[in-house]
This record gives sequence, structure tokens and C-alpha cells, in this order.
Amino acid sequence: MSARDRNGLSRWTIAALAAPAIAFIGLFYAWPVVALVHRAVTAEAFRTVVHDVSLRRILWFTAWQAAISTAATVVVGLVPAWLLARYEFVGRRFLTALITVPFVLPTVVVGAAFLALLPQSLDQSVVAILVAHVFFNVAVVVRGVGGLWSLLPPDLVGAARTLGASPWRAMREVTLPLLAPAIEASASVVFLFSFTSFGVVRILGGPSHPTLEVEIWERATRLGDVGVAAIVSIIQLVVLGLAVLWFARIQSRHRAAIGLRPLANRRRARGWAERGTVAALSIAVVVAVGTPLAALFERSVRTNAGHSLVAWRAVFGRRQLATGRPTAVSSLDPLGSLFTSLRFALIATVLSVIIGGCASLAIVAMSRTGGRSRLGRALDTGIMLPLGTSAVTIGFGVLVGFSVAPLDWRAAPLLIPLGHALVATPFVVRVLLPTLRSIDPHLRDAASALGASPLRAWREVDMRVMVAPLLTGAGFAAAISLGEFGATTFLTRQGRATLPIAIEQLLARPGAVLHAEGYVLATVLALLTFLVIGAFEGVRSLGDRSG
Amino acid sequence: MADSAVPSGHAPAILSARGICIAFGPRTVLDDVSLDVAEGEIVALLGPSGSGKSTLLRIITGLLRADRGTVELDGRSIDDLPTHRRNIGLVFQDEQLFPHRTVAQNIEFGLRMQRRPRTDRTRRVAELLAVVGLPGFEDRRVTDLSGGEAKRIALARTLAPAPRIVLLDEPLTGLDRELHDQLTVELARLLRETHTTAVLVTHDRDEAAAIADRVVRMEGR
Repeated sequence: MSARDRNGLSRWTIAALAAPAIAFIGLFYAWPVVALVHRAVTAEAFRTVVHDVSLRRILWFTAWQAAISTAATVVVGLVPAWLLARYEFVGRRFLTALITVPFVLPTVVVGAAFLALLPQSLDQSVVAILVAHVFFNVAVVVRGVGGLWSLLPPDLVGAARTLGASPWRAMREVTLPLLAPAIEASASVVFLFSFTSFGVVRILGGPSHPTLEVEIWERATRLGDVGVAAIVSIIQLVVLGLAVLWFARIQSRHRAAIGLRPLANRRRARGWAERGTVAALSIAVVVAVGTPLAALFERSVRTNAGHSLVAWRAVFGRRQLATGRPTAVSSLDPLGSLFTSLRFALIATVLSVIIGGCASLAIVAMSRTGGRSRLGRALDTGIMLPLGTSAVTIGFGVLVGFSVAPLDWRAAPLLIPLGHALVATPFVVRVLLPTLRSIDPHLRDAASALGASPLRAWREVDMRVMVAPLLTGAGFAAAISLGEFGATTFLTRQGRATLPIAIEQLLARPGAVLHAEGYVLATVLALLTFLVIGAFEGVRSLGDRSG
Repeated sequence: MADSAVPSGHAPAILSARGICIAFGPRTVLDDVSLDVAEGEIVALLGPSGSGKSTLLRIITGLLRADRGTVELDGRSIDDLPTHRRNIGLVFQDEQLFPHRTVAQNIEFGLRMQRRPRTDRTRRVAELLAVVGLPGFEDRRVTDLSGGEAKRIALARTLAPAPRIVLLDEPLTGLDRELHDQLTVELARLLRETHTTAVLVTHDRDEAAAIADRVVRMEGR
């Protein structure tokens, strides 16, 4: 038993690196889950759940809307996936980036955009929810399926065609079966997102269409029915856990699939029919992504008498106007929510980068030393757990876990960015791990042979390559924190609303002026999200032009 | 550009490509190329890579549309006929076997498109596996085949639905010398035994001479 593996980090260093993540997950994920279970296991609450017909109806609605959202997203997503995988054209990279835009937008912004876009008759309808889910998730399908599609040799379809298959038949017999692993994988992700959708449903669904998530929130915060809410959360936790396991299995099957060679499979469109199709589809994508966002902005400048920047001035000049506000919103400070969000995002980003960065190093170090690789995998899984848990459950758990002595931190403002960091850390780890794993240990050996101490060797080799993915991870973390709604909704206190909370509250209240201010904040949040991701990506790409 | 390419004998042409032109962007690949193939004839298109041989095959199958020119099968223009209605078989250079299907499922694909009954298909698959010298290979996975085996299965798959004419795009490229020579002999015998009308694209003079009744040269541009 050696205290130090060949040129690796010492056992104590690894332990020290893993410690923050373990403490963090233990305190803010495991403890809340324990607290939830503890609160939930009362015969009374259990009886209520079993006999509550409305809960069964809500579960059924949650499931079928998620199923239809998923099916629609896959069907809609296959078209741009095909376009981007098969054709080379001016603006292809732009279009790829554009399709990703809805996915990085906060759910509340997506909800607000469709509230702005759809006619009033569709407000609070299932259609609005489904359309918003497709808009939000389509990037998952385009990225996932398109990635595999671009690797399939187009001549496979050519072979089917010369053997007598019509284009549609070739699609069904050859292309779709070969894409099946990617379709299944992205469909399960979309299903997961749609099943746990909260922000979109809160804004578009209204009280008539609650999903499980909305019901948990409603029962826990509005009705004070904590026991029932806790049981529903736990049921959902189990269902999602199973879904994630299934997803992991599909992914491993995916890797074992046919050997694919990356080829230059994209070609330029030939002839007017093909060129017209490519152009029409490209325009359709631009319109589909752009229209809701344009509607969002348009509503922020719309007044009863034409268009003006009244709402923008009201939000940004608020401090002066504060005395003249209606009392109903006296607790809400739109501009203040912007600063609150920025402050929380900063804390959450720093936290998740430190915790995620250290944990990634520990995971890789452990996996390199045979005996401890299992520990590394366990740590990896532990950090991923919050990803497989709905944001509402996390927020609810934290609320329950920290509302009784000795951990009565309900009033602590830090609880919100801590919750954000819990959701963001898995992303930091996922971005970092592939890079860290790809580092050739021999590089470190070489540094050691040149006289560098293990720590020095590590700093010279590992640190260098970590910078780029760390920045990407930081961008994700900041964007996640800025847009986080589900967990925040449980932890927010008056006068400490974040942007998404303020947006939801403004849009939920009657009054065109308040709505316009809600749309202003949603526009600001959308821009902020682009800015954050763009800025970090920009800095990153300065050093790394491979992507 | 091809030589003025007419059948050696006096049999009428079943396939006739006339004045084919195609350009990819600024690059002209085929400029006024014509080719006639008679019933039962095996023609080799010989030329260096980049001379547009494969492109011509793709135009004949309809996978690619020519900028100008016309293709006739049995005296009728097939320019507006989609690929799957042309009844022209193509053996791809890299086989393009369907990786998610077994050997038998690959070979019977064309027969299924013709809605042939199952018993009929099973018999035909066994028959073709015998022809290409791989009897009993029905349930193999195509991803487990050797290079030579994959070529034979690809040929069997193309022959199965009995197309009017078979096009072969460098079918023997990428094999080691010994296997190449062996398969050259086999292919020549096999195409004759099955009375297949065929167009073979190759850059190998000896291969062309060994298999074809007539060799048409194409020059690179």
C-alpha cells in the first residue's frame, strides 16, 4: 500500500479535493431527501395520496402531456436534424447555433415568449404548453440525432433506393432503424424535461393544468399540505431515478452500436428543388426560433396606444417612481431582482466551479489508481444525482431540510445560490471530465522526470488544459443560476426575488403595465443568458479553436 | 470524356446514355458523355480516379441528376423516373450493406420491395448465397464479414431482385492482391453464368480486360 501512486496526487490530496463535493452533496442533497422522507412517512399523508382522485388525474395529465411533447419534439426535430446533417450551405453553422438558443433560455423566458406570442384563446391551454415544450427541447433532438445522422453514409439510402425502396420506405427501413439509439436517447431526455416541466407550465398552464411539479409546489407552499407534497416528490424522485437508469442503459448500448466513420457526408444542394427545400427549411427554422423571441420584445414595448419604452423606463427608472406604484406590487422591485439574480449567479458560479473542479480532479485521480476507481464512479454518480431530480423537489427538500432546528436556515439568503450550485455543479463536472480524462499521464511523468514535484507537474500539465472547459462550465453555471426557477420558487423571500421569480409574478398579476414590465424583465433575462454563455464561450474559444 | 461508345456487336442497346453533362460548382466532371450497352454485354469503364466514372453510374441510377443529357432504358427515357422505379442495380465501392440487418435480410431487401412472398425470398437468398460461394451465411451479421465476403454479399444483394442491368462501382478495389485476382475470375464467371448485363467501373486495366466484353476509356479532366 503506497501513500502515493506513481506520480499521481497523494491520497490526502485526493481526499481533500473530493471533500467539498461530498460535504456539499451530503448536506444539500442527501439531507433534504432524508428530511423529505422523514416528513412524508405519516400514515395520514399516505392515505390522502392513495385516495386523492385529483392527484391521479394530475399524474395522468403530467404523463400524457410529456409523452405528446416528446413525440412532437422528435418529429419536429428530425427535419432540421436531417437538413444540418446532410447539406452544406451558407449559414449552416449559424443555424446550428440558432437551434440551440431555445434550449439555453430559462424556462420562464420560454413561457413568457409563448404567452406573448399565442393569441389569448390559447392562453392556459394544453396546446400552449406542448408548443413551448417542443420549442424548448427541439435542440436535444437536433443535436443528438443530427450528430449520428451526419455519420451515416448517405449511400446506405442510395443502396436501398437502387433496390427499389421509395424515399419514404428507405427512411423507414434504413435511416430510422440506424438512428434509433440516438432517437431513443434524446426522446428520454425530452420526456424527462417535459415530465418535470415547471416554469413553462406555471406561466402557460394556469391553474387549470397543473403537472405534478406544479401540484407539489401548490400543496407545499399554498395549501400547507407538506406531507402529501413530500410523498408526491418522493414518488417522482423514484420515477425519475428509473428513467435516468434506463437512459444510462440506452447510452451504453449506443456506444456499442455499429462502427461509424466520420466522413464528409454533407453536400451542397443540387437543382432548384433541392436548393429550394434547403432554403425554405432554413427560413422556417429562423422564423420558428425568432418569432417567439420577437413577440417577447414586442410585448415589452406595447402599450394601449402603440409602442413605447414606457415599461423599460419604469423598470430601469424604478427607484424614482417607487412611491407611485400600486400597493399590490410594492414588494416587487424589478430592477432589484436583476441585481439579486446577478449576485446569486456570481456566488453559484464560483461555488459550482470550485466544487465541480475539485471533484473532477478527484474523480480522474481515483480512476487512475486501480483500487479506487469504484470510489471515483460513486462520487461521479453522487454529483449527478441533482440532475436526475426535479428542481422543484430540490427546492422543496432544501426548504424542508433547513426549516427545523438545528438547521433552521430558511431565512439565509445563501440558500438560493447554494441550490443553484447544486443544479449547476453536474454540468461543470460533465464538461471537465472528458478533458481531464484525455490527458496523457505520460505528460505528467515527463514533467516529473524534468524535476517537477507532483503538485508542480500537475499544475503545469492538468491546470493548463482545464482552463477552457472550466470557462465553459462557468458559463453554463451562470446561465443555469440566472434562469433557475423551480428550486428558487421554494426558497425565495419577499424583497429577494430573482429575475425568473419577478417575471412570473408580474405576468401572473392583472394589468397591462405589469405584464409589459414582466416582458421587459424576460427580454433582459434572455439577453443576459446569451451574454453570459457567449462571453464565456468567447473567452474560451480565444485559447481553443478546435471546437 | 468517353470514347464514342457503341456496342461491339449489332444487338440493340438496352441502356443508352446520351450527351451527359454534369458540373459540381466550377468543376466540370462529365462533358457530353455517351454510352450504349447491349443486352447481355459486360462493359468496363476504365479511367483514372476523378474521371467521372462513378458519377456516370450515379446518374444512370438516378441517385444524381445530370445537368444535361438523357438516359434511356429499353428505348424509353428514364430521366423522370425516380431511382427506385428504374430497376437498375448498383454495387457500391464500399458495399453499403445495411449494418442493422443480417446477410439474408440484406439480400432479400430488394425482393421485399417487390413484395415477393417469404418462401420465394428464402429460396432466392439461398440460391444467391450458393452463386456467390457463401452458402449457409443467412444469419451472419454483416458487420462480422471479411472484406471479400462483404463484396460477395453486396453483389448477391444487387442481383437478387434481378435488375435489368447491374452497375458495379470499383467492386474489387481495396482487396489484397490474391483475393482481388481470385474475385476477378469469379466475378467474370458469375456475371456470365447469370447472363447479367453489366457496367463495371474500374481503374485497373487487367481487371477490365478479364471481366468485360468491351472496354470504354474515360479520361480525367
